[in-house]
Amino acid sequence: MKPVLTELDGDISLEKKGFEKICDIELLKRKAVDIRRDIIKMIYLAGSGHLGGSLSIADIVTALYFNILNHDPSDPLWVERDRFILSKGHAVPAQYAALAETGYFSKEKLWTLRKLGSDLQGHPAMHKLAGIEASTGSLGQGISIAVGLALSLKMRKSNSMVFTIVGDGECQSGEVWEAAMAAAHYNVNNLIVIVDRNGLQIDGETEKIMSVEPLSEKWKAFGWDVTHMNGNNMEDIVKTTSNVLQNREKPSVIIAKTIKGKGISFMENNVSFHGKPPTASEYERAIKELGDIL
Amino acid sequence: MKGVVESPRKAYGEALIALGGSDPDMVVMDADLSTSTKTAMFAKKFNDRFFNAGIAEQNMMAMAAGLSIDTRTVFVSTFAIFAAGRAYDQIRQSIAYSSLNVKIVATHGGITVGGDGASHEMIEDIGLMYGLPNMKIFIPVDSNETYNGIISIAKIKGPFYVRLSRMETETITERETEFKINEIPVLREGSDAVIVGTGQVLKRALDVAESLKKQNIDVAVYNMHTIKPVNREEIERIARKYGVIVTIEEHNINTGVGAIISSVTSDVYPVHVVKLGIHDIFGESGEADELMDKYGLSVKDIEEGVKYAMKIRG
Repeated sequence: MKPVLTELDGDISLEKKGFEKICDIELLKRKAVDIRRDIIKMIYLAGSGHLGGSLSIADIVTALYFNILNHDPSDPLWVERDRFILSKGHAVPAQYAALAETGYFSKEKLWTLRKLGSDLQGHPAMHKLAGIEASTGSLGQGISIAVGLALSLKMRKSNSMVFTIVGDGECQSGEVWEAAMAAAHYNVNNLIVIVDRNGLQIDGETEKIMSVEPLSEKWKAFGWDVTHMNGNNMEDIVKTTSNVLQNREKPSVIIAKTIKGKGISFMENNVSFHGKPPTASEYERAIKELGDIL
Repeated sequence: MKGVVESPRKAYGEALIALGGSDPDMVVMDADLSTSTKTAMFAKKFNDRFFNAGIAEQNMMAMAAGLSIDTRTVFVSTFAIFAAGRAYDQIRQSIAYSSLNVKIVATHGGITVGGDGASHEMIEDIGLMYGLPNMKIFIPVDSNETYNGIISIAKIKGPFYVRLSRMETETITERETEFKINEIPVLREGSDAVIVGTGQVLKRALDVAESLKKQNIDVAVYNMHTIKPVNREEIERIARKYGVIVTIEEHNINTGVGAIISSVTSDVYPVHVVKLGIHDIFGESGEADELMDKYGLSVKDIEEGVKYAMKIRG
């Protein structure tokens, strides 16, 4: 005889799964400081890596992993998880830090970044590290992967969302717009793209190298819902993302105004920190600045 | 059936329908060439699992990666020139690097595309794909082997590159022929010399082998349908048996099957490798037969290649 499920039994079986989200903005801000400290230490110890672009997305990545994404660090392949793909793969120290801080692996592992034999490759490699959903690094491809993944989840009638962070310089790549066109065509409204609009790329200001503006109009013209936020303001990130999640008729893009190198005074808007590690004294100054915040 | 002129592309379409019926998660993508590549046959039957990327091959390859990450088997098709050429970086970074389950079936490979000319004649894809870690390469000899091979590779996890020619050629194998990936089956036994090749151009090699009988030259023909992983043991066995190898392919000889076999023999049992194929030159518009005749794959080229091989072997 089949057991009869009572309402109470049903409730018990609906055991809450996944990471317990942090909703306190002040606590999220403190987490972002931890993430920044990790990023700087990782890149300092690695002797190479992309500081500026990792720091500019540190607040967004913190908000994603601690507040927005449904995920389970103890079960990285949990079917119902939301997916996050870092299309601007060079900023992966920010993602590694968030994965460690939410418990995917020990923080000690962070200090192996870019070292021979480490799972923490210079750019994300999904086959090396649980928690990485796609291998990226060649710009323009992560967003296409995200469109394919979102399409697949939608076909399964899954409730999972796909988030991806695209660099503003990356928007110069044609594939971003091929992907944008496909996302709108197949109406993958379970996809949210966040553009890290920090205004700088390796060779200088995006608008001097190859202007991407008017960015908002471009995405709109490609059939996307466009929202703006201050990508370095925790309250704004949480509020805007939550609004976007509740209104999803089309694929959504959030253009996040950020500051490259955000959080460390001498790295902010300083293009020379795009791809170089801090010196020993810069490292000490940076860690001190972060300590002063707390 | 043997000896029937058939389109390998159509056999590919039939295989997709068979696979789509047994695997409800399988999806297929194309880049606006579905009527040519025959993925349209799948689309007609399983419209909700077919995605046209439009003329955007790079996005298609990376989207296919995304679909496969969600544990699906994904077949993607376009012409070889746009698959291995235009979308090379997406195949490398998004598919091969993480060994994703994407089967790239590229049609119109080689020089026999015909009227479209050099811009559409992919003669370097074997080399490009051979150099990619994790990638496997399958090139069928006819429509029957296309069908059997496609069914077979769908069961193997990981990326595959499959190359079909546009031309329709006479079948050499049967649908009932047992197909095993990685083998180098013999199409024709022979004692005097050996031709090892890949793809539909082998039909010509077989015809030449038949006509050389009149000159008392008994030529064996082997079908290297799996280029990668390369079957080193079988190549060594052939090298030891014949002492010289003639290779044939619709590809630039610099980086194709001839070069691959030559690299294997130099490791395991050095013999001369006489490479028939395209001599590092772009093609042009023309009929398939005319193009083969002009670009290193004529009956005369094959005959002379065999005789030269026998001469240098001594």
